[in-house]
Amino acid sequence: MPVSSRLVALIVPFVVIAIFWLMARREAQRSQDPTRKSYFERNGTTLGIVFILLVAFWTLFLVVLPYLYMVVESFHPTLPPPKRGGPEDVLTLAQYKSLVVLPTGGTNVTHMGAFVFSIVASIAVTALNFAICYPLAYYMAQAGSAQKVRLVMLGLIVPYWVNEILRAFSLRLLLASKGLINQALMAIGLTDAPIDFLGNNVGLYVGLSYAYLLIMIFPLYNAIESLDKNQIEAARDLGAPWWRIHWDVVIPYAKPGIASGCTMVFMLCAGSLAAPLFLGGPRTLWFTSVIYNFFFQAFNWPRGAAYSFILLIACIALVMLMLRLFKVSLGETIK
Amino acid sequence: MSAGVELDHVTVRFGDFTAVDSATLDIRGGEFFSFLGPSGCGKTTILRTVSGFLNPSEGAVRIGGKDMAGIGPNKRPTALIFQNLALFPLMSVAENITYGLRVQGIDKATRQKKADELLALIALKGQGNKLVSELSGGQKQRVAIARALCVQPKVLLLDEPLSALDLKLRQHMRNELRTIQRMVGITFIYITHDQGEALTMSDRIAVMSDGVIQQVGDGKAVYDEPATAFVASFVGENNPFAGTVVQADPSFALVETQFGRLLGRNPHGLEQGARAILFVRPESFQLAAGAAETTLSSTVKSVAFEGNMTHVFLEGAGKKDITVTVGRHAATRIPEQGETAAISYDPALGLALPEGKLARE
Repeated sequence: MPVSSRLVALIVPFVVIAIFWLMARREAQRSQDPTRKSYFERNGTTLGIVFILLVAFWTLFLVVLPYLYMVVESFHPTLPPPKRGGPEDVLTLAQYKSLVVLPTGGTNVTHMGAFVFSIVASIAVTALNFAICYPLAYYMAQAGSAQKVRLVMLGLIVPYWVNEILRAFSLRLLLASKGLINQALMAIGLTDAPIDFLGNNVGLYVGLSYAYLLIMIFPLYNAIESLDKNQIEAARDLGAPWWRIHWDVVIPYAKPGIASGCTMVFMLCAGSLAAPLFLGGPRTLWFTSVIYNFFFQAFNWPRGAAYSFILLIACIALVMLMLRLFKVSLGETIK
Repeated sequence: MSAGVELDHVTVRFGDFTAVDSATLDIRGGEFFSFLGPSGCGKTTILRTVSGFLNPSEGAVRIGGKDMAGIGPNKRPTALIFQNLALFPLMSVAENITYGLRVQGIDKATRQKKADELLALIALKGQGNKLVSELSGGQKQRVAIARALCVQPKVLLLDEPLSALDLKLRQHMRNELRTIQRMVGITFIYITHDQGEALTMSDRIAVMSDGVIQQVGDGKAVYDEPATAFVASFVGENNPFAGTVVQADPSFALVETQFGRLLGRNPHGLEQGARAILFVRPESFQLAAGAAETTLSSTVKSVAFEGNMTHVFLEGAGKKDITVTVGRHAATRIPEQGETAAISYDPALGLALPEGKLARE
């Protein structure tokens, strides 16, 4: 039934609207407070319907449908347009399998390598980003005077007015073999020959960390800022050295913020395209580049979609595992 | 084991503002010592200087005879109990109590033993595994005390720890604090704006105002022999009558006020012509006329019955409010509102002090 799978995309909108409708109807019954009015009593029938339609539109066209289309696409074989919907258009797991086993036979070392590298590098960037942001966020939230914090904040935000590509390229200029940093290093005699920062992926790590600095720093800042200063002083008064205060008091308290920042940075990193493309070494292949090529170079949407979902599911699984390991609930991270 | 605390001309400045001005005093080992004053008088600054969170701009803090300059709060033999207690919300009660030991690297079994010991002391036996949020206000209070005692400090610093409790619990905790202090025998330095707390618990009290220590003495001395107009008006209720000394000898002074000439003791040896304030406490008045220089005439504005005593609020010359407190046992008739009443006092209970800033003006 090749056509019906794409038909699902048409049925789903009605299902979504029906779900919202039922939620609105049931809301009053589930409430503990008997004086609470139902959804339609509060908003009136017309306005109530308009609200439901608006929310449904948002959910459908911005959230559900695009992904749904991709999910459906990823289970189809790669076919030229005339053959779509024809007898060869069957549901298949071939696109997913192709990450491990090439359609022509043999192991898909290149793509698996890119996949593993992207995940591992994203973890490394997240860790690096946390190491940079935690002291900064702590300074801003607890230690610094209001005026200095404003300056730091400005210094953090202003560079983000520059667009990502310009930022990546200027970083490239800085790190190139004849760039400013190598020139400076050679001038003070720390090194004889220029260091290949870009080939060694140093540029990639620096660029990605820099790109997502704010995304790490604000959840951390928010979490640490609400910590009662007396807690820190109490620990200090009881004899704790500075690192123990952080380990025992600040970090446990800021855990939801840390989890939230790390999750976002990791997800964005693994899914980023520009920075790895411009700053990665010549031998470096980022998984999103592979996906990009399937969509825009090979016009192989089903395989691109399948790869995207593998990446998405791997990232979600990893994040869930980390949250479980550090005993943070998903709800806490979005507070 | 306790240690004395010596403040040697301690001055603390924040920019142009002087929070504590040349405080000098000697707190003896094992003493329950209170700093009493209105908010913003510098008492918390003194506490933070003793605990090491602030460095004095001038002068020295010595604990057990040892200069504390350059020694951080984590290295001082003091433990601080914060106004909001600052218990660690993510740790259990036992973990909270023994945190100071954990930091020292003491093993778990010893910590557990110590926790049980302290839990018994604060009457929370067997509740070590509870979370702090599961405890009541008074229980949290006691956990904070146990956590501070656990590191065996020589000096315990308390920053208005009872202010968040309701009245009954506060009174109960006063006794409890005093009992614990006697039991452990270490020096307690207590910060409060509540004169009742200071008077009932302390061996000695330092009354502070605007960064200056006004008087140091035991409760009786501070109440009966206030050194300045501020102390007289801040500690307990008092009726001030400002005026000029018209006649004085070393023991008594006659002060010309808007109520006429009033007589009181003259401990400062005020001379004729000096500006002075004559203080008479509400409970020192009686609702009857006496000698001319100790009698005032006034109108009753309102009467407040408080059970164990009755307050009579009167209005005298120049709309000046006077409070008279009459005990239950006194056989005096309480005048009605609007009545004119003559009130008088024993001249030994009137006190003439040099003019100065009053509290709550």
